[in-house]
Amino acid sequence: MKFKTMASLLGAAAVAGGMLVSGAASAEDKIGFVYVGPVGDHGWTYRHDIGRQAVVKALGDKVKTTYVESVKEGPDSERVIRQMAASGHKIIFTTSFGFMNPTLKVAKQFPNVKFEHATGYKRADNVSTYSGRFYEGRYVVGKIAGKMTKSNIIGYVGSFPIPEVVRGINAVALAARSVNPDVQIKVTWVNTWYDPGKEGDAAKALIDQGADIILQHTDSPAPLQVAESRGVWAVGQASDMNHFAPKAQLTAIIDNWDKYYVERAKAALDGSWKSMDTWAGLKAGMVELAEFNKAIPADVVKLASDTKAGIMDGSIHPFAGPFNKQDGTPAVAAGKNLEDGVLLGMDWYVEGVLGKLPK
Amino acid sequence: MNGFEWVVPVILTVITAATPLVFAGIGELVTEKAGVLNLGIEGMMLAGAVTAFVTATLTGNYILAVAAGALAGMFMAFLFGVLTLSLMANQVATGLALTLFGIGISALIGQDFVGEPVKALEKLNIAGLTDLPVIGPILFGQDALVYLSFFVVFAVSWFLFKTKAGLILRAVGDSHDAAHSIGYSVIGIRYLAVLFGGAMSGIGGAYLSLAYTPMWAENMTAGRGWIALALIVFATWKPGLVLVGAYMFGGITILQLHAQAAGLDLPSQVLSMLPYIATIVVLVIISKDESRIRKHAPACIGKIFHPAA
Repeated sequence: MKFKTMASLLGAAAVAGGMLVSGAASAEDKIGFVYVGPVGDHGWTYRHDIGRQAVVKALGDKVKTTYVESVKEGPDSERVIRQMAASGHKIIFTTSFGFMNPTLKVAKQFPNVKFEHATGYKRADNVSTYSGRFYEGRYVVGKIAGKMTKSNIIGYVGSFPIPEVVRGINAVALAARSVNPDVQIKVTWVNTWYDPGKEGDAAKALIDQGADIILQHTDSPAPLQVAESRGVWAVGQASDMNHFAPKAQLTAIIDNWDKYYVERAKAALDGSWKSMDTWAGLKAGMVELAEFNKAIPADVVKLASDTKAGIMDGSIHPFAGPFNKQDGTPAVAAGKNLEDGVLLGMDWYVEGVLGKLPK
Repeated sequence: MNGFEWVVPVILTVITAATPLVFAGIGELVTEKAGVLNLGIEGMMLAGAVTAFVTATLTGNYILAVAAGALAGMFMAFLFGVLTLSLMANQVATGLALTLFGIGISALIGQDFVGEPVKALEKLNIAGLTDLPVIGPILFGQDALVYLSFFVVFAVSWFLFKTKAGLILRAVGDSHDAAHSIGYSVIGIRYLAVLFGGAMSGIGGAYLSLAYTPMWAENMTAGRGWIALALIVFATWKPGLVLVGAYMFGGITILQLHAQAAGLDLPSQVLSMLPYIATIVVLVIISKDESRIRKHAPACIGKIFHPAA
């Protein structure tokens, strides 16, 4: 918890007031971060803040970092981003999909400020986008889940039905069914990124309906905790959540933004920054997997490790054809991989996912 | 889903979802009945949640933890009381500030406890009774706070409508000038009502961090304080209806999650909105009959009392 102290102190005041500055105070360059959740969510936002701290560590006295947490997607975020841009920040990281349009709008008005938007697809001369290929991690998880399930039902707590989340569900379905064709995925959408109570309730509902593995694409450890108390498996999201479910956590998909944030901050400071799109996965270290649960049999651990190695060396592509969409129509032919463009706009389930995807 | 074996788990989940709302709602109801509008429920709940969690982690004593949660809520409510009752600050603005303050201070207190799990509050287990099919786990398998929430609702109902003290409290809320003119301490009574509200919100928060999701996470109330506030209007200031409303809110939320898991092709966004739509519908229905709201709504709600005037 050592590094949490400063962050939480700042967090405490951030909510009550405006923006906060950490690091030595003089006329350094400012780097801003806009978070969708609290830094103490122990998931998505928590990992972005670890990235911010990596910037502080790497660039030291040369920069000041500021952040605003728990910013609602939509008009609220535009106000926060504009305030940051107007207060002399060199580069601003906006770390949620729903900050996309506000980021672009503000970026137009501040051509000299660089913007970095996470998980979006719209860019401009001063707006880059970046994201992790989390589906690579989820594909490995899917292999483990397919082997470990006894009920052949994998429960999936979804946040919002956006391509990023749908891609993860599909990656799990393809991987799990490649090792166990009887597996089916049940999804519940909670329509929030962060509400521990509701996320936990969704996990309970899935377990009550037969799921014996709980996966999640929401930000709190509540679903793992439910899995732990109900005696089923689960996979941590965004950070290692082993504390909450020492028995239940099979592994966790860890986001690692440290390297990217340091690189981009440096580029913004030395003037080499260019608008670009980064979509990196296991190989680049932007996506990591936590230590595997000791209860996983050795052959499954090997399968998972081989899968991970295969993705890293390019011999395995999670969305390699042939496979079908949920309605039975072919999605991609044998010998071909689904293209990034299709992955980015994915708005359909693959075979094996139950229910209808909300539009 | 074959048969009805899914009913019991659904009801069990609904109970945990509703209990924090019952506590926060019933506390705010008493506060409002005394003529004070405290919008700081969310802040008081968070203070209660973090204090109870920290106490449980450090001492392992859950009775102490719940008491500490209640005290933390009361402390927050006391601050609110000093500002609005003694210093006569605007109640709406002060309540909003209290929520913001609660989010911040709870994050500060909880900073070293993020990521620390705690054992869930123990559930009742009576040999023979808890094992009964269906009603066993529902009636005899809850944790102490669930039983307490029901007790509090009935106690508040009895207090408000069957005792002289309750009558005085309602009089203060309906006409503070009249109550003052016949010698009642309006400010004193309001302080007590505000403190009771704080204690209940604190226990509601404690339920979140000890039983619902036994952990501390920043801002873990995720808007439940505001739902509790809406509940009171929904319940037209009647304690029994607060209970009904809380279970309806909890019930709709849980049912929609189950409906999704069961593969019912209903749009989840619409399902997520259902509790709020239900509230608006009920509001419209009861608003048609104005006398019903007017009869129960405290006439002096939110008004500042100037004893000298």
